[in-house]
Amino acid sequence: MSAVTTERAAAPRVARISTKRLAALGRAELTLLLRNRSALFVALLLPIAMTFSIKSAAEQADISELGLSVGSMVLPGSVGVVLLFAVYSNLVGVYVARREELVLKRLRTGEANDLEILSAGALPSVALGVAQSVLLLVGGAVLLDMGAPERLDLVVAGVVLGMVMMTVLAAASASFARTTEMAQLIPMPMMLVSFAASGLFVPLEVFPDTLENVCRWLPMTPITDLLRAGVTGGLDGTATLRALGIAVAWTLLGAYGVRRRFRWEPRR
Amino acid sequence: MDAIEVEGLKRRYAADKGGEGFEAVSDVTFSVREGEIFALLGTNGAGKTSTVEVLEGLAPATEGRVRVLGFDPFTERAQVRPRTGVMLQEGGFPSELTVAETARMWAGVTSEARPEREALDMVGLGRRVDVRVKQLSGGEKRRLDLALALIGQPEVLFLDEPTTGMDPEGRRDTAELVRELRAQGTTVLLTTHYLEEAEQLADRLAIMQAGRVVAAGTPEQVVAARPSRIGFRLPHGVEPEQLPLSVKAAVTGRRVSVKTHALQQELTELLVWARDRDVELEGLHARSASLEEAFLEIAQEGHIRAAADGDGSGDGVGVGVGPRTGGEAGGVTRGSGAVQGQDGRTDDRTGARA
Repeated sequence: MSAVTTERAAAPRVARISTKRLAALGRAELTLLLRNRSALFVALLLPIAMTFSIKSAAEQADISELGLSVGSMVLPGSVGVVLLFAVYSNLVGVYVARREELVLKRLRTGEANDLEILSAGALPSVALGVAQSVLLLVGGAVLLDMGAPERLDLVVAGVVLGMVMMTVLAAASASFARTTEMAQLIPMPMMLVSFAASGLFVPLEVFPDTLENVCRWLPMTPITDLLRAGVTGGLDGTATLRALGIAVAWTLLGAYGVRRRFRWEPRR
Repeated sequence: MDAIEVEGLKRRYAADKGGEGFEAVSDVTFSVREGEIFALLGTNGAGKTSTVEVLEGLAPATEGRVRVLGFDPFTERAQVRPRTGVMLQEGGFPSELTVAETARMWAGVTSEARPEREALDMVGLGRRVDVRVKQLSGGEKRRLDLALALIGQPEVLFLDEPTTGMDPEGRRDTAELVRELRAQGTTVLLTTHYLEEAEQLADRLAIMQAGRVVAAGTPEQVVAARPSRIGFRLPHGVEPEQLPLSVKAAVTGRRVSVKTHALQQELTELLVWARDRDVELEGLHARSASLEEAFLEIAQEGHIRAAADGDGSGDGVGVGVGPRTGGEAGGVTRGSGAVQGQDGRTDDRTGARA
C-alpha cells in the first residue's frame, strides 16, 4: 500500500461525509430508480421468484443427509439473490448510466466529494435491498415454520457486509463497461459464478473437497456462510472469522480497484 | 488580486493501451482579475476545454501551476468548490428528472444555495420546472446548466461554451446575465465560438492555438495588431494601378479591398484623391479589424505553421504571448475577409503610386 500512498499523495483526501449532500443525491437517485421500470422489476420481483425456485430445488435435492434443512438453503439464497440482482447488477447499470450521461462528471464540479457521489448512487438500491432481505428472511422463516435466527449478529453481519461488498464491486465492475448496453453483460460472470459456486443454489458440501475449498474464497461464499450460520447456527469461531476475513478482503480489493480504475467520465 | 492564475500549464492525457499520450495543453499562462470577464477562444482542439477542466479541478495539471482564489482547485477541492460555479461544455443531468428535481438535487449539494426557483427564474426556466430534462431543447438544457452553476452564488464562474445550442434570444439573455453577474463582482471565465459575443462581453481574452496562448489582451489590443479594411467599387475609367494607395489592394471584379495598419492616412489619401479627380467611391466603407477577422487570421497562420512543421505535434511552434504584429507577409489573398474573393479569382495587384 505504501507505493499507492505515495502515488496518491497529490490526490484530494477523502473529505467527511455530509448527510445533507448524501440525502439530496440519494433522493434524486431514488426518484430515478422508481422511474426505471425494468430495473425496478428486476429488483423487486426476481428475488421473490428465485426464492421459490431455490425452495423447490432444495426440496428435490436430498440435502437432509448433509445436515441442511430447506430453510437453511432458502433464506441465505434469497438474500444472495437480492444482493446480486437488486444491488450488484443494478448498481453496475446505475454507475455506468450516470457516467455516460456525464452526471458523475457534473457532480464532481460541485461540493459533493467522490465518496458521497458513489455512496448516494447506491443508497436507494441498498435501502431497497435491505428491506427486501428483511422481508424475505422474516417471511421465509414464518412460511417454512422456522424459529428465530440462532445468531442474529451473523445475519446482520452477512447482510451489511454483503451490501457494502456488492456496492464496491459494482463500482469496480462499472469501469469495464464502456456503454450502458455493456453494463448489462458485465455483471454476468460474477452472478453466474456466485449462483453456481457460492452455495446459493447448491450447497458447497456436495462438491469434492478441493473444489469446495476453492469456492470458499469466492466473494459471495462468505456472505452465504454467515447468513446460513446466522439462521441455523453451526459455524465455529475459526470458520466465522475466516468468512468475515474473506468478505472484508474482497471489499477492500474492490475499493482498491475503484480508487485505481473508476472512470468518472466516458472514454473519448 | 487575481481570481485565477495559470502559469506554464501543461496537460497531457495518459496513453491508453500502448498509444502515445496526447498533449492537449502545452504551455498556457494567463490570469483573470477579480470581477473580470475573461474569454478563452480557439478553434476546436485548441485546448480550451482541457485548460478549463484543470481550473475547475476535474483534472490535475501535468505541469505548471494553477490557482483559483488562491487554492489549487484539484488538491484543495473542498476549499475551492463552495466558491465556484461550473457549466461544463456538455451538461450532465439525469434525463428522467424534472427541472425542479434537478435543481433541488444541486441545491442540496451546495452550501449557501440561493432558492432553486430564483436560480431557474434568472435563466428564464421558471415556467419549465415540471418538465423532464430529456424533453428540454438544447438551449433550455444550457439554461438549466447555467442555473445550477449560479445556485451557489459563486465568486468565480466557469462557463464552457455557455451559449452553444441557444437561440439568439437565449444568447442575448445569457450575455445580459453574465454582465449583471460581473456588476455584482463575479469573476467569469468563459469559452465560446461566438467571437462577437467575446468581443462584446470580455474585458480581456486569450486566443489558444494547439495548446498555447497565441494572443492575449483586451479585445481592442488583440484586434489592434490586425489591419483595418477599406473597401469600395473601382470608379469607371480608373484602373487599379491609378489608385493612390501605398499598400497592396485586392481587386475582385471592380471591388477593391485594402488592408492597412494606417487606416487614417490611407483613407485620407484616398478621399483627397477622389475629390481631386471628382470620382465617386461607391460602397465605400472603412473599419477596424473585428475580433473575428483577427481570430481567423491567427487560426490560419496556425494551420500554415502546422503544415510547415510537418509532424503536426504542435511542438516547436514558437509563438509568444501577446498581440502579434508583422503577420502580413503572406499577401492579401490570405485571411478571412469576406470582401475578398474566396474562389481564387482575386486579382492581386500593387496599387503603385504613379
